[in-house]
Order: sequence, then structure tokens, then C-alpha cells
Amino acid sequence: MAAIVRLLLFAFLFTAPLFSLGSRNGFTINGRVKIPQGFATKGFALPGRMSNVKVILNGGQNVTYVRHDGYFSFYNVPSGTHLIEVVVMGYFFSPVRVDVSARNPGKVHAALTENRRGLNELVLEPLREEQYYEVREPFSVMSLLKSPMGLMLGFMLVVAFLMPKFVENMDPEEMRGAHEEMRGQGAPSLSTSLPRGARN
Amino acid sequence: MAIRSFFVPFLLFGLYFYSSLSPVLSLYEDQVGLMDWHQQYIGKVKQAVFSTQKTGRRRVIVSTEENVIASLDLRHGEIFWRHLLGSDDVIDGIDIGLGKYVITLSSGGSILRSWNLPDGQMVWESYLQGPKHSKSFLLVPTNLKIEKDSVIVVFSNGRLHAVSCIDGEVLWKKDFEAESFEVQQVIKPPGSDLIYVVGFAASSQFEMYQINGRNGELLKHESTTFSSGFLGEVSLVSSETVVALDSTGSILLTISFQNGEISFQQTPISNLYEHFSGPAIIIPSSVPGIFAIKTNAITIFIRVIGEGMLEVAEKTNHETAISDSLPLSEGQQAFALIQHAGSEIHLAVKLAHDWDGNLLKESIKMNQQRGLVHKVFINNYIRTDKSHGFRVLIVMEDHSLLLLQQGTIVWSREDGLASIIDVTTSELPVERDGVSVAKVEHNLFEWLKGHMLKLKGTLMLASPEDVALIQSMRLKSSEKSKMTRDHNGFRKLLIVLTRAGKLFALHTGDGHIVWSHLLRSLHKSEPCQSPIGLNLYQWQVPHHHAMDENPSVLVVSRCGPSSDAPGVLSFIDTYTGNELSSLSLAHAVAQVIPLPYTDSTEQRLHLLIDSDKHAHLYPKTSEALSIFKREFSNIYWYSVEGHNGIIKGHALKYECTGKVADEFCFDTRELWSVVFPSESEKIIATVTRKLNEVVHTQAKVIADQDVMYKYISKNLLFVVTVAPKGCGEIGSVTPEESWLVAYLIDTVTGRILHRVTHHGAQGPVHAVFSENWVVYHYFNLRAHRYELSVIELYDQSRADNKDVWKLVLGKHNLTSPISLFSRPEVITKSQSYFFTHSVKAIAVTSTAKGITSKQLLIGTIGDQVLALDKRFLDPRRSVNPTQAEKEEGIIPLTDSLPIIPQSYVTHALRVEGLRGIITVPAKLESTTLVFAHGVDLFFTQLAPSRTYDSLTEDFNYALLLITIVALVAAIFVTWRLSERKELQEKWR
Repeated sequence: MAAIVRLLLFAFLFTAPLFSLGSRNGFTINGRVKIPQGFATKGFALPGRMSNVKVILNGGQNVTYVRHDGYFSFYNVPSGTHLIEVVVMGYFFSPVRVDVSARNPGKVHAALTENRRGLNELVLEPLREEQYYEVREPFSVMSLLKSPMGLMLGFMLVVAFLMPKFVENMDPEEMRGAHEEMRGQGAPSLSTSLPRGARN
Repeated sequence: MAIRSFFVPFLLFGLYFYSSLSPVLSLYEDQVGLMDWHQQYIGKVKQAVFSTQKTGRRRVIVSTEENVIASLDLRHGEIFWRHLLGSDDVIDGIDIGLGKYVITLSSGGSILRSWNLPDGQMVWESYLQGPKHSKSFLLVPTNLKIEKDSVIVVFSNGRLHAVSCIDGEVLWKKDFEAESFEVQQVIKPPGSDLIYVVGFAASSQFEMYQINGRNGELLKHESTTFSSGFLGEVSLVSSETVVALDSTGSILLTISFQNGEISFQQTPISNLYEHFSGPAIIIPSSVPGIFAIKTNAITIFIRVIGEGMLEVAEKTNHETAISDSLPLSEGQQAFALIQHAGSEIHLAVKLAHDWDGNLLKESIKMNQQRGLVHKVFINNYIRTDKSHGFRVLIVMEDHSLLLLQQGTIVWSREDGLASIIDVTTSELPVERDGVSVAKVEHNLFEWLKGHMLKLKGTLMLASPEDVALIQSMRLKSSEKSKMTRDHNGFRKLLIVLTRAGKLFALHTGDGHIVWSHLLRSLHKSEPCQSPIGLNLYQWQVPHHHAMDENPSVLVVSRCGPSSDAPGVLSFIDTYTGNELSSLSLAHAVAQVIPLPYTDSTEQRLHLLIDSDKHAHLYPKTSEALSIFKREFSNIYWYSVEGHNGIIKGHALKYECTGKVADEFCFDTRELWSVVFPSESEKIIATVTRKLNEVVHTQAKVIADQDVMYKYISKNLLFVVTVAPKGCGEIGSVTPEESWLVAYLIDTVTGRILHRVTHHGAQGPVHAVFSENWVVYHYFNLRAHRYELSVIELYDQSRADNKDVWKLVLGKHNLTSPISLFSRPEVITKSQSYFFTHSVKAIAVTSTAKGITSKQLLIGTIGDQVLALDKRFLDPRRSVNPTQAEKEEGIIPLTDSLPIIPQSYVTHALRVEGLRGIITVPAKLESTTLVFAHGVDLFFTQLAPSRTYDSLTEDFNYALLLITIVALVAAIFVTWRLSERKELQEKWR
């Protein structure tokens, strides 16, 4: 009996069916995890390394690992609507709902739960790569200028270089008035504000 | 020119700010290990197989009780690869096939897998079925071949299978359908193609099947009846002889089935050992010619000589452990024997046929905290002088794994930490004068150099060598692992209780073990046969007037699996790890209630409820009693009876009216009970707030300067029930058959404050309760997705208080006493969102004052911990928030919660087998300490609202110093300039 199941399995791997009648009380779900080669250039799973791909049925009811070609199987699964999750570091996989029933054996009825996209065959691909670390931005002048200190610096530059220009363009009368006013308040110049002792 | 020089410091200052203010949303790759640590474990080893390849790295393959298969480096004990199988996929056996495949049999013998030895990649998987449940055996014979295929022999589920080692194809199978046949051994004698299956039938019949290993053909079937029956297991003493015990456990039966003929030989144990009394048990082993029995703490090794003749080889009352046999050259078999003697263990390696001679005899000093040797595995190697050397892997009582070679412990692994039951924390000692701390800073130049390097790093100018240097410098910083309390409260001790009954103190800085203590009270003893550790409580936390005392923790354990087994309390000093005292209780421990009162030595009062609903007060001092009597009428608690769906509220009545007067024992009365209809609801989760949670403010100011008052009560219980049909796995029910009801119950009055039904939903439910909100995770069968829901509670009775005039005129009710007996006017707000992953645990961050915003820590099915801002679970979220709401920080509503990879607190690591997440506040308000445990341990510091109250770790002090110096210089320069200008102006 089991040998027949294995044979069936092997036959099915190439036609990629979803499940087959495996035993008296359960079905077998066959599927494949595929990580496109385009991905995984800087991800955490090396391309071609499938040793840490975990496939989980119904939130931990069954856990299996994939073979080197990405195929996996769940045995003795009762009929019903199930949930398959794929766990690989560095990738985001959508959970997949899979309908298993005796009425239409061999027919695929699966859909990604994240975007409700139906699957013709149970080939699970990552939706996106996951980058767990912030990327240090390369040193750039713009980001420096945008920081609060950069803004302060900009302001200082404006005061130091543009303000004198404004002052030059001011009406001399007004200027004198302003000076008078500042004197009246005893506006400190830098030298007067520093300790006198240092002068000697 | 001068003006330019003036700007240099500003430029520097700007740079420094750039480096420190850049948003620290998450971690940069070079910050890994700075504030976090990760430790990988495997659990208590069940079985070990050595890889005997001549070339390549030496490894040992182990299977553990945590259901891990792992390949370990034999030289250092590190993990090459590791797989954690599902919880109901328990590993039955492992072996190595063809020298390059690891074969595992699991799930009660129904799943056979083959893994590539070097990298752990699964090669094939076979599903083996059979007619009935039975014991399972895995044999990988070296010499059995069918058409050049190496064969694996598996007996499982009442069927014998021969499986190809290359592709997992079942080559033949043979059923053993006889109703009462219980298989005991499957034997493959080395020299032939025969397979023997032996077992008992109808409890008094011995059955032997001889099978052709090439095609599964049944060659012979013999059975013999032995009237007095059999007890327990059989021990294999040669390929055609087994030893069993009769049902009284006092007669040894040597059963030989040579050439298919069964012959019995009875030997009463009293003939071998005159002081024999009481039943013996056979210690399972597979050493040819020798077996061991154990009776009354005495282990007897018995030799089988010739035709079923038995002879005592050695009697010992020391604790012993024996390994399986290891084939040496020339058909010799060696085995290892370990005996305890005081603080040493004696290791002897003997040849199977020569008990008195030793190939090796060593004594090794063993840490007493490791307990007894539980398992021994032996392996040999050829020394340069062509003699045999032996290495021995031992598994200790505390679940640690040690490799012994040449009389020393080569490496050890603390695998007890893979099975943590409970965690608590303790402060470190205060730094005292005279206590020398790590030397200050080596010298100024080194210090500056270090900071210049860091500066280079932040400016992305560092070469790879520099980066490595920075990394190591950061990791080395001795500050982290100092043994004293720090100002920010980052350094603490994590006290963990493991399943082995061992207590560990881990330093939060780097995760090293400060002390470990195998609890004596959890040791197997005469009155306490199978002690189980239950919980840890903080017993004494001195901080005010008892500063000289050391803090201590209370370990509550129980003598056996049933809830009415007597309890045991032990008190452990958390600085030293010494057991201060232990108490064997006369009563059971059904519930432990830490009371919010402490005595003058700051020992916390605990109330223990036993199975007869009596309450016992600890510590048993008159002072504690007087404090307790004062608060007598204010103590309420609840109990959940999950099996019959009842939640009950209790209060104290008066002193016990038992035969013995005990002033610390109290009778209790039942105040209320909530009964859930058993045909429609079954309790699957109950959650309360953490006892020590701090709430900063009760009021919540919302967008339009309005105030809402949170309903904050310590006495709220969140209960979730599901339809009985929905208790099973996903896929077992239709949406119409399953529903989930969430309740919020006041545990003092039993009043149900809120009730909400989710139709078409099912468990498992994980929930967390904090402040005035509860968040729970469940499965929505209609959408076939997981959902997270939030319920927030607001106090309506205080809603009028926002009128300023009322406050001025004193017409507010803020000072009116709050009583749970008055009917609370509570309004609830709730919302649900989709969440992608299955969840293993949910926790919430906790900070010292409760000011910092909260994050949910979600342990996902991928064994990662995701930090999710509570703002995403705010019932006030709407699709189009108003401008005012946006300013308040309300996020527009989306149907599912975002999963941002950068907000995984475990970053690129996995906490394999995640079971729990614990958060502990640091002294610094912005920061919380997070400890996640499963098979692995992970610890990190988290700042949910960023570190607003301290400088970050990589703050560059050198740069600051340079800036200040440059600024001072610039001030002097400009002062000179200004002075000169003033002088010129005066002359004009």
C-alpha cells in the first residue's frame, strides 16, 4: 500500500497535483517552495540552499522541511480548508489556504490569503524579500544639511555673509539710529563681554 | 579666512549631530550583538550517533527531548545544523545511513526522513503506515543489501518495512496483525540476512518471528507460553538471546531463540543476590553478554555465560549509567560505564566479554550542580600509535551535555536552558566602595583612537578592518557584563527555572551564566517521587530599609503531575544561588497569589491556595499575619475550571476549622461563579494584567482637547471561549460551526463588563492585557486569515469631569471613592485587523513609569519577535482621519497590520521553538528589556519611543570633546579679531 502511495507521489510530482488520497483517513498535500534566483543575491538564504525552509500546516499542527528541489509533502491530512505557511529567513511568504476534499481529488484549490490570488498549482513563491537591518546611508552633504545642525549652520552662514550685505544697503540714517539704540542698551561686543583680565 | 576657521567647529558639531540624531528606527547590521544576545540550544539529548567518517569534520548527531535533531561539532560542541520538528512529530529514533545520511524516524514511527549529513538538507521523506499502533524501531544494518540498495529496517505501527536508503522507497513490508502482539525487539544479527521480531502476546506468550531480510518472507514463527507473564522491557544480550523479567519482577528469564527454537531459562534474582527484595527493573542496554537490573537503589550487572547461565559481575549502590556497545576491531565490543563517587565520576571503558579488565579508567571531577549522569554514549578513535582512544558523551541530570576525553571535560553545553518553565528577574548588588570595577579607561590616547574609529564608521569612511575593529571593541566593553547594578537598570539577573529543576541566573549584559543551582527540593526523593518545578516568584526584593539583605526568589514545585500532590517551596538567594531553605508542604498548591504587601524585611506575602480551597499564608511569621489580618477583607481571587467551564470568585472566610490549629490557614468562601454553557462554549484562554504594571495616567487627551478616562482596574479578567467544535485544528470546522466569544469579567464582583462574539472564528487564542486594553489573536475562518482584535475600556462615570467649571466649583467626582461594587459605567471601543502570521506568544513592552508608548511583541510562527506599535491597534483609527486626529498620531485604517521587516526585534535571528516573551522595565523610562525563550534564548533592549532620555550607545564623546576644544579656540580667535576691529574703530 505504502509503496503505491510513493509511486503515486512520484507520478504526481511531475504533474504537480495538490493532494492525493493517501490513506484511509487522510490526504497527502504535495507542493513546492520556489525561491527565484533573481532574489537571494543579498538575502539571508543562499541561493540553492533549501535546508532551512520550513513549511508549517495549520499554525504548527504539522511541520516539515523541503527537499533540495523545494518539494514538500504533508501526510494524513483530513479533508477541510487548511492553511500552509512557509518560513524562510529573509523572505516574506503569504500564507496559503488549501482546500482538501474527497470530491475533487487531484484538483488544485489554493489561494494566497494576503492578496487572494488563486494558485493553479501549489508552487509557493516569496512575495518579497525582507531586509532586517537599516541600511546605513552613505555619507552625503545633503543629508548633513538637512539635519538640525546643518540647518543651523546654514542659518549661521546667512547671518555671517548675507547680513553684512543687508546692513550695507541700509539707509545710513537708520543705521546710525540702530547703533545708537544698541549703545543705549549697552549691547555687548564680544571683547567687552569677555573677562578683562585676559587683556593684559 | 579667519571666519572660515570659525566655522570648522560648527561643521564638526554638525557632523556629530548628524551621527547621533539620525533616526534609530531599528538596528544597523554592525549593531548586532551590541545590546542583544542570542544563545542556541538543543535540549536534553535522547540519542546520539557519532559520525565515523574518516575524513571531514567529526560530528555527532543527536536527537533531543525538545524534538530537535542536530549535528554538533565533536571538537567544540557547536551546532552545525539543527532542525526542530513539530510538537506531535516526536523523534523515535535516529541513525546514520551510508555514512552520509542522517535517518530519523518520527511521529510514532510513521514518518521516516533522511537528511544530508553535512548541511542538514532533507533528502527524502517517507510516510509509513501500518495496521495498528505499536512501538517503533529503526535499524540501519550495514550489510543488508537488496539489489545494491542499502536498506533501512523500520518496525512501526505493527508493520515491518524495508526502506531504500537512497530514495526512501519501501522495498517490502510485512504486517504483524495479531491482535495482542506487542513487539519488544527487532534484531538483525550481523552475520546473516535474517531479521528477528520478538515480542509478547496476551501478556504471557513469547513470540518470535524469523524473517528473510531480502524479501520480507516469514521464515519461521514460534511461540511459547510462560505462565507467570512478563514485566516491562527486555534486554538484548546477544543477537539470539534476550533477558526479561517475570510479572512479579523477581525471576529473570533468559530466552534464547537460536535456530528458531525458543528455550527458557529461569533464574530467581534471590539466587544471584541474597538480599533481594521487591521488584527489580531491567535497565535498557545493548551490551552483548551483559545486562543490568536495578532494585532498591542497587544496580546489579549480570553476565550471561553459556546456555542461559547467569552470574553477577558487579553490585554497586553508586548511581551508574551504562552506554550501548561499540564495535571495535576484531569483533570486539566495548562499552562505557560511569559511576558516581562523591564529587567525582569514574569512567570505565570495558570490553563486553571481559568485565574485570578495563580498557580505560578515568576519574573526572564533576560539578555537583549537574546532578547524576543520565545517559552515556561512547565513540572511539585511533590514536597515532594505532591504539584505541575513547571519547564519551554524557547527558547529565540537569540536561547538560558533556564530552569527556582523556580524563577531562572537553566541552559542555548547558542544554537545560532549552526548556525554561518560568522566568523572573533580580537586581544586581549595588556597587560599593572598595569593590574594584574593571579598570577605568586604559589611556586617553587609546580612548580617543577608539572614538575616532567610531567617527570614521559613522561617516562611512572606515575600511572593513576598521569596521571589524569597531565591532570587537564594542562587544568587549566590560561595562556591559559588570556584576553590579547600573544607573540605567540595564544590568539585571534573569532567574530562570528549567524543566530539569535547575535554576540559572543569566546576566542580561551578555547572557553568561552567573550561577546555577540544581534544586535539592526538586531532586527525586523518597517522599517526593517525581517533583515538577512550577513557578518562580520574587520572594524578597530589598530596596528601602533592608538594603543589606540579598534578594531571594521563591520556587514553587509539586511532587507529581496531579494537582493535589503536595507542594514544595524553596527559597533561593539570587546573588549567590544558595538555597536558603526549603519547605515540604502538607498541602497541595493549586494557585499562588503574591499579595501586594511586604513585611519589615521586605519579604512579600504569598497566599497559597490548595486543592481543598484552603488558603495558606507564607511567610509564616506573626508579623506577616498581622499585616494580613489588616487586609483580610480586601483579598479576592478567582479560579478557572477549564474542563467544566466555570470561573469562580473567592474571598477569605475565617481561620481553618481543621483538626490541627493552624493560624496561617484560612477557609474561603465562594463569592460568585460564571458558568459557560458546555454545549456552546469552552474556555480556551484567560488573561489578566501583569501585577506589577505601572500606568502613568488615567486620562487620555484626544484630538479636540477632549479627555477620555481609561477604565483601569487590576481585577479584570479576559476570557475567551470557543464553540466545542472549534477547539480542534484549522480546517476541522466550517465557519458556520465555530464562533469565539470574548468576555471581560470583573474578578471581585463577577460582573461581565463586556462580551463580544466573533462568528466564524476559532482558536488558538493568544492575548495580552495591559492598562485599559486587551489585544487578542485568533483565526477568522471566513476570510481564512488570522486576526488581531483590540478592545479598549473607558470609564464613562468620569466623562463629565472635563468641564473646568465643575472642577473649579468642586462638583467633580474625582475624589469619590472607587468601588467595584458600584456599577461601573464602562464604554468599550474595539476594532479588528488581519494579521499575516500564526502567533506563538504575545507580550507588551513595560517601562518603569508607564509614560513611554507601548509596543506589542508578537512571537510569530517563524520564531521571530515582531514589535508592533500599539498605535496600529487603536480602535479610533478610521479610513479618513481628520486633521486633528492626524496630528494626534492616528494612523489611517487599513484592513491588515503592516509587517515591517526592520521592526523584528530579533532581526536576522530566530528564537527556535519560541514559547514565551518576557518584558522587564529598565530604570531608564524609555527602555524595556525583552527576553524571549524557547529552545533558543534571545535578549535585547528596546526603546519603543526611541531613547529620548539618554544618549545612544554609539554616541561619540571624542567628537564632542574636539568640538568643544575647537569652539573654545574659535572664541579666542574671534575675540582677538573683534578686539582688533574695535581698536581700529576707535582710532578712526
